[in-house]
Amino acid sequence: MKFSRLIALCLVALLAAGCGGNTMPDPGTDDGTMMDDGDMADTDGFEDRGLGDGEFLDEFDDSDELTMVIYFDFDQSTLRADYADLLQQHASNLANDSRSQIRLEGHADERGSREYNIGLGEQRSQAVRSLLLIQGASAGQISTVSFGEERAAAFGSDEESYELNRRVEIKYVN
Amino acid sequence: MKDFLVRWLMIPVLLLTFAGAAYAQLEVIITDYVGKRAPVAIVPFGWEGDTPSAPFDIDNVITEDLKRSGRFAPIAEGGMLQKPTERVDLDFDDWRILKVDAVIIGKVVQTGANVYSVQFQAFDVNSQEQLIGYRMPASRGTMRRVAHRAADMIYEKLTGIPGVFGTKVAYVTARGTGDDRLYTLVVSDTDGENQFTIMESTDPIMSPAWSPDSRELAYVSFEGDAATIYVQTLRSGNRIKVSSRAGINGAPAFSPDGRKLVVTLGGLGGNLDIYVLDLATRQFSRLTRHRAIDTEGTWAPDGRSIYFTSDRSGGPQVYRIEVGGGTAERVTFEGSYNARPRLSPDGKRVALVHLDRGNYRIGVLDLDDKDLLIVSNGTQDESPSFAPNSDSIIYATREGRNGVLEMVSADGLYRQRLGSRAGDIREPVWSPFPRY
Repeated sequence: MKFSRLIALCLVALLAAGCGGNTMPDPGTDDGTMMDDGDMADTDGFEDRGLGDGEFLDEFDDSDELTMVIYFDFDQSTLRADYADLLQQHASNLANDSRSQIRLEGHADERGSREYNIGLGEQRSQAVRSLLLIQGASAGQISTVSFGEERAAAFGSDEESYELNRRVEIKYVN
Repeated sequence: MKDFLVRWLMIPVLLLTFAGAAYAQLEVIITDYVGKRAPVAIVPFGWEGDTPSAPFDIDNVITEDLKRSGRFAPIAEGGMLQKPTERVDLDFDDWRILKVDAVIIGKVVQTGANVYSVQFQAFDVNSQEQLIGYRMPASRGTMRRVAHRAADMIYEKLTGIPGVFGTKVAYVTARGTGDDRLYTLVVSDTDGENQFTIMESTDPIMSPAWSPDSRELAYVSFEGDAATIYVQTLRSGNRIKVSSRAGINGAPAFSPDGRKLVVTLGGLGGNLDIYVLDLATRQFSRLTRHRAIDTEGTWAPDGRSIYFTSDRSGGPQVYRIEVGGGTAERVTFEGSYNARPRLSPDGKRVALVHLDRGNYRIGVLDLDDKDLLIVSNGTQDESPSFAPNSDSIIYATREGRNGVLEMVSADGLYRQRLGSRAGDIREPVWSPFPRY
């Protein structure tokens, strides 16, 4: 009972303030003062007095629930087929809400020349952009930027890290 | 390519420390050396002033500069049979015994509260003739520069090649991870001293480029999650936003007359092409029009053509195009990856990033005989930049997870590392000659 209420509380807080990423207190310790000083600081401990009941969300209820990172094969900017549904959903979000805007951030792995990698990252952003435009988003809703190898998601010099770094991140900017 | 099998002779790691430096983020470590070093003697300079010792150790800087050049082996002070500071006291027999080729003497004379005169003379031990003698005014604040200048003059007299000890290097450092990552654009002397922060940001900084008068740096900043090219005046710190179009604004490089930048623009459609930006009129003129990635433009020293990277043939290769337009001509043919070209100031060679059997290394392409010489031995070497005397190249390599800088002679025979205690260092660019 207590655990499910915690999850509900977190989901509400996630919607209200985007608490994703903060460490949640261990539900096993019932000390109400052991709160993170981050996004949940204005809640009153684990008692959800005054908050009302939370609700569970459908899978695509909010764009924040969609996968926001798309990965690419080595030296490739073509989209893998298994991203088709995901990108269709993002395109629908944009088509259904003309005020909605995204920024596509293209990235490359660290190998090779830096400015050339900016080019590779941009080609990946553009591959995503083209598909979203075909699927109903309008050009004014999408901006692109390429960080090349400058903002790595993983810092190792190995294939595992390279795979995590060859990516496009979708950022909803409003 | 000819089979350039360079035999690297590893000498013990040598740490050079610099007197008077409270701390240095970079330190010089000689990593590889093949070839003969000429033995020379730099005699401790004399001092005439109202304090017990000179305010700055000029001869130490000269000694370290000559040592770092890779061409000289200064003998230790303890082995000297005499320590003359003027010509009249110099006995060539004492130096012939030590088998030194040249002896350098000098002194610092105080003539005012913060006014000094620095003089030096270099002599050929065999002919017993003066090679060069010079006197310069100095203050405590200019002593280091005066010492580097003296080393430059001596080096040129002894080798016939202008010295680059008085030049600067600009580079980018990155520290921390995630939201705490901090990028810094730094200018320092080539020995790592005199570090000066030009710009600091939590967003990436890329592609610094010197103006030909060395008063300005162009660079790319991602402040606000968009790529923007700035030109910043070093002395004042003022900067001008020169290119902030939609999409990519990248890879700036000054024209030899300093009036234009070659840049890469991507636009909304993200097709990277080479443009020339006139800094006075702010007009862009498009130089390439190709759906491939065209980027990393750089000017030939004569200002008439631009070399750049393009993957129009499949993988990245170096191309050349006239500034007035025309057809791009392919320059590199060897291997599947040649990128980021930078020309030697004498226009004879191109330094580039070459994929060499799985490793990204620095190659030097001779434009006359088309030979490609691999001069680095790392796995992810990048961003080569020629010294203004065309004799050395600085580039970035890896040491564990961090980037560090290395300098290599253009013939690949002498290499040294600028070690780091300051995070990830990348994108070194060698300044033009200083103005005297």
